[in-house]
Amino acid sequence: MADTLVSSQISELIAASKPMLEFENVSIGFEGNQVLVGVTFAVAHGETRILLGPAGGGKSVLMKLANGLIEPDSGEIRVFGRSLKDMTQRELFEMRAHIGMVFQESALFDSLDVEDNVAYRLIEEHVDPVEVHARVVEVLQFVELEKAIDRFPSELSGGMRRRVSIARAIISRPDLILYDSPTGGLDPITSNTIIELVVKQRDVSHTTCLLITHRLQDAVTLATHRYNLQKHCMESIPNGGIAAETRFLVLNEGKVVFDGTTLELTHTEDPWLRRYIE
Amino acid sequence: MRFISPEAYAKTIVASVQDYSLLCGRAVGNIFSQPRYIADTFTQMDSIGVGSLPIVVLTGFFTGCVLALQAAVSLKEFGAVNMTGELVALSMIKELGPVLTGLMVSGRNASGMASELGSMKVSEQIDAMRALGTDPIRKLVTPRLVATVFMLFFLTIISDACGIAGGAFVSVTLLKLNAGTFFHTGYMSLVHGDIIEGLIKPLFSGFIIATVGCYYGLKTTGGTRGVGRSTTQAVVASSVIIILVDFLVTQLMIGIFGR
Repeated sequence: MADTLVSSQISELIAASKPMLEFENVSIGFEGNQVLVGVTFAVAHGETRILLGPAGGGKSVLMKLANGLIEPDSGEIRVFGRSLKDMTQRELFEMRAHIGMVFQESALFDSLDVEDNVAYRLIEEHVDPVEVHARVVEVLQFVELEKAIDRFPSELSGGMRRRVSIARAIISRPDLILYDSPTGGLDPITSNTIIELVVKQRDVSHTTCLLITHRLQDAVTLATHRYNLQKHCMESIPNGGIAAETRFLVLNEGKVVFDGTTLELTHTEDPWLRRYIE
Repeated sequence: MRFISPEAYAKTIVASVQDYSLLCGRAVGNIFSQPRYIADTFTQMDSIGVGSLPIVVLTGFFTGCVLALQAAVSLKEFGAVNMTGELVALSMIKELGPVLTGLMVSGRNASGMASELGSMKVSEQIDAMRALGTDPIRKLVTPRLVATVFMLFFLTIISDACGIAGGAFVSVTLLKLNAGTFFHTGYMSLVHGDIIEGLIKPLFSGFIIATVGCYYGLKTTGGTRGVGRSTTQAVVASSVIIILVDFLVTQLMIGIFGR
């Protein structure tokens, strides 16, 4: 990714151990319905934050707020240390170039083939076409879809589209990745493949990420597994270990009902939370 | 059917006008700053300009034919059938060429823009574009705006030429008029003000077609049904605004040139 003002801000944040993403008392509503109420949390550098909660709880809205795609009614959102409300439109677009986002329905450009979809960010940055092709092939190999390079989104299955979407999100080596239900609507085997990719990205690139999931088993897999670079596969962390960089945020009816580590979640005494995770 | 209060309805209209004005302002402002999507602009010029050529040529030609036929009937009563060329040339260049070309291109392209952008909106492709750091107005609206204004100008000239050719064809073959007289009276009747009036109108029409088409596309909600609704609204709104603006520009030109 081209060096920009945002790159230097991120380096400063990492040096000062400050959060990459912060929500402070954020509220938003649509047509009289409050979707998020006073949401406060922070995501540290290198952290994988899993966002859980019942459907309709405001998780996808939170994701769009984090990327500045919508504005909150009140509260403050800081991305890479800067408040979104202080940014101009141009600064917002520059900031978004450092964030990878995987949409719930993939949101691939249907008139572009897989190569152009994945290369979109690099083409926008006027990267040399030879380098663009090499990086597209590299990232498609990462998601194990290199054979689909010249196919169009309409020719791909739901799981393949989700993998292309992941490839598009990570090609520019972003500093923050937002996964909006990457396994939503997929069968368990394909879901596992997608989660393995998320774990691989986490353990290979150590990128900060925020991930929404409805499937508790996906969250458990993320917390209890790691990627083995020698064997090129995902495996359980030995001795019942837990990935330290994985933390949880649970939303219910627009409010944060839990913010903590995997162990804190599994040992919670909150009756609603116990019912939810059981 | 749900009724809304007049106050809420008025607020909706004011908000729509505000959103439309902001879109227009940003689309025009993007022309003067980097990055510019030159390749996208040429693609749109091909799609809007070259793609609309057949309908503009046919519409212009047959409008000229009908105009000559109708004019000859009325002019014959005054023994002025030789003035057919003047009437066809003035009508085509000042009014029918710009307006009919605008309406035809509106029907073809405002609907196309609204449906294309609307489909992208409902399938989250617009959000994906923004999430990837690209301004959709800069990437999608500005190239369409530049291409439509630029191409409509030349399409109108072609339409005017085809209309006069159609009028000449009918005058010579059916009305048995002299071709030289037709073109001479037509040419002599025109002054610079008429040409300027006829060439200013497509600039406004092009702006209206692109901005209204893109505006309805970008505010689409409600899935495929919403895309259909946006497409219809874009064509209706752009057609009505083209005729309204045509009236205002005509009034202004009469004020300036006195005819």
